[in-house]
Amino acid sequence: MNIIVCVKQVPDPEIPPAKFQIDPEKKQVIPPPGVPPVISVFDERAVEAACRLKDEHGGKITAISMGSEQAADVIKHTIAMGADEGFLIHDPLFENLDSFGTAYVLSKAIQKIGEYDLVLCGREAADWGAEQVGSILAEMLGIPVVTRVFDIQAVDGALRVKRVVSDGFEVLEAPTPCLATVSGEIGLPRLPTGVRLMMVRRKQIPVWKAQDIGVESSELDKVNAHTEITALSVPTRKTECEIITGDTPGDAAVNLAVKLAELM
Amino acid sequence: MDNHRGVLVCGEIGEGKLAPITIELLGVGRKLADELDEDLSVLLMGSQAGSLGQETIAYGADNVYVAEDSLLDHYNSDAYTQVAADLCREMSPSIVLLGHTDIGSDLAPRLNARLGGGLATGCLALSIDPETRLLVSTRPVFGGNAHATVVSKSAKPQMATIRPKTVPPAERDDSRQGRIIPVESKLDPSAIKVKVVERVKEEVEGIKLEDAEVVVVGGRGIGSAENFEMLRELANVLGGAVGATRPPCDEGWVPATLQVGQSGRMVSPKLYIGVALSGAMAHISGILGSKVIVAINKDEEANIFNVAHFGIVADYKEVLPPLTAKLKELVGS
Ligand SMILES: Cc1cc2nc3c(=O)[nH]c(=O)nc-3n(C[C@H](O)[C@H](O)[C@H](O)COP(=O)(O)OP(=O)(O)OC[C@H]3O[C@@H](n4cnc5c(N)ncnc54)[C@H](O)[C@@H]3O)c2cc1C
Ligand SMILES: Nc1ncnc2c1ncn2[C@@H]1O[C@H](COP(=O)(O)O)[C@@H](O)[C@H]1O
Repeated sequence: MNIIVCVKQVPDPEIPPAKFQIDPEKKQVIPPPGVPPVISVFDERAVEAACRLKDEHGGKITAISMGSEQAADVIKHTIAMGADEGFLIHDPLFENLDSFGTAYVLSKAIQKIGEYDLVLCGREAADWGAEQVGSILAEMLGIPVVTRVFDIQAVDGALRVKRVVSDGFEVLEAPTPCLATVSGEIGLPRLPTGVRLMMVRRKQIPVWKAQDIGVESSELDKVNAHTEITALSVPTRKTECEIITGDTPGDAAVNLAVKLAELM
Repeated sequence: MDNHRGVLVCGEIGEGKLAPITIELLGVGRKLADELDEDLSVLLMGSQAGSLGQETIAYGADNVYVAEDSLLDHYNSDAYTQVAADLCREMSPSIVLLGHTDIGSDLAPRLNARLGGGLATGCLALSIDPETRLLVSTRPVFGGNAHATVVSKSAKPQMATIRPKTVPPAERDDSRQGRIIPVESKLDPSAIKVKVVERVKEEVEGIKLEDAEVVVVGGRGIGSAENFEMLRELANVLGGAVGATRPPCDEGWVPATLQVGQSGRMVSPKLYIGVALSGAMAHISGILGSKVIVAINKDEEANIFNVAHFGIVADYKEVLPPLTAKLKELVGS
């Protein structure tokens, strides 16, 4: 099975909220200094889903990421986890694209790769998290899409996937090629092995520019004109927290119980 | 001037009734339509759609489009996208609203991709800019650390999905008048590529998280599946439900369906008790509707104390048993 995984590099989402900073004028987030960016959480789980399929059925995993030069790191991470190769899609034209623009560029890269049975995305990116790119990409590629997937089995040339819903899950049957967006319920991603980490360290990740994937700036401008961010702010919610104390934690607990009983 | 007019709500039906999210969408949709002085329409899909038309009008719809086809009784992405896209092409709404639910979060981006509109997902608030008359959507980004305002300047329709329970539901008024319009279903079964083979309900014991008045959530600091029992005992005494942050779900200490937060469930209980969790924004953004927030954490610097009303700084293992015992004595259930 040939699988293409779309992985995005994002500022580390696990920094303490107090360290999170924005530039309201530029409507941008200021990456926390000294904290390296990471692969977006659900994208890492999409890679895990791809690796599980490869473990069972063999095949090839190709990773693509559109981003800055530094995003080569997420491709390397993906290869260290088990992907066979990866391409960085990097061009000044591709900065600040909206979901349509992003999906358009990714679709062009996927068309360049050519043969595939399955395209995997994360359910939502950990930065702007629109939960849209996968679905738009599928529509652009003209293939079916299943969102919020946590299990994928290949059976008789088709895919059997489980999709998370609020009161359980759905089992769906999808033909190939198709696209799936992977949700967290699939479970923890594997750690890269030491050997693969070593191997990947000196690897050169090929870079595709706009012209390499046939993206025209005029066409991209048209596709990208859908939404605009007009303001960015950090919500302030400061509550006066009353710390309940006591001689021992047990006493504090009893004091808290009394407070809560009054509220009930 | 473009010819896009009116607000369209893609409604959801659950167990033969209008889903709560639909009534919320009708509430906010009515406001937007009134501000624009345009119509509010609703699309209902499934064989029962027609029977809910009058009720939908009572909740504020001017027009209810009913697509009565048994192929639409349960959500199917391909089928719903087709029907909704056909209707949108025919009636050219200016605004399309959906719920940020299992259905809406899947349908909205596909529909938008077909229509070439501009979509803001998971919104907390919607309004009309009085000058431009454009839809202004506010949505959490970066796991809830920031809020972005999104506008679609030229692309139409302007689309948004709204998180459940973030806007007040519409008021019912049975004297309202409106039209029920059948949608000639041109559903092409061969266009349904992905088939739903099975729907599995995972029964949770006790009350559903979303409906519970008390929610006790455990975090990574709980440390094991066994230790969650302490949280269950506390929840039982208060007639509440137990939830978790992402790490306990990842570790398999609790089922993944218990995850509370921006990629899990949104809860808005009267009382939320967060135990041994740090209060990452991606979790917090799922609990902000809670009336009273209580935090138990051994680290006084933990972010959860910034949103909590009451807190105890201690090891939860020393706090929960006496807390549960005393509450049992005081509120006893
Ligand atoms: C796109 C995205 C979506 C996400 N969606 C969600 C989501 O829906 N829900 C969610 O929960 N997370 C979500 N996350 C993850 C989130 O960012 C945090 O990683 C997660 O919430 C942290 O869980 P935690 O607070 O339990 O763990 P930690 O941050 O590790 O905190 C553990 C806390 O327990 C305390 N502690 C440890 N031992 C004890 C003890 N014995 N007694 C008392 N206190 C103790 C520690 O002081 C610490 O504060 C998401 C992340 C991203 C990027
Ligand atoms: N720049 C990018 N490069 C590669 N994949 C991306 C990029 N942006 C989005 N994606 C994919 O699309 C998914 C959904 O993104 P979003 O719609 O922005 O939440 C992500 O989880 C990725 O799999």
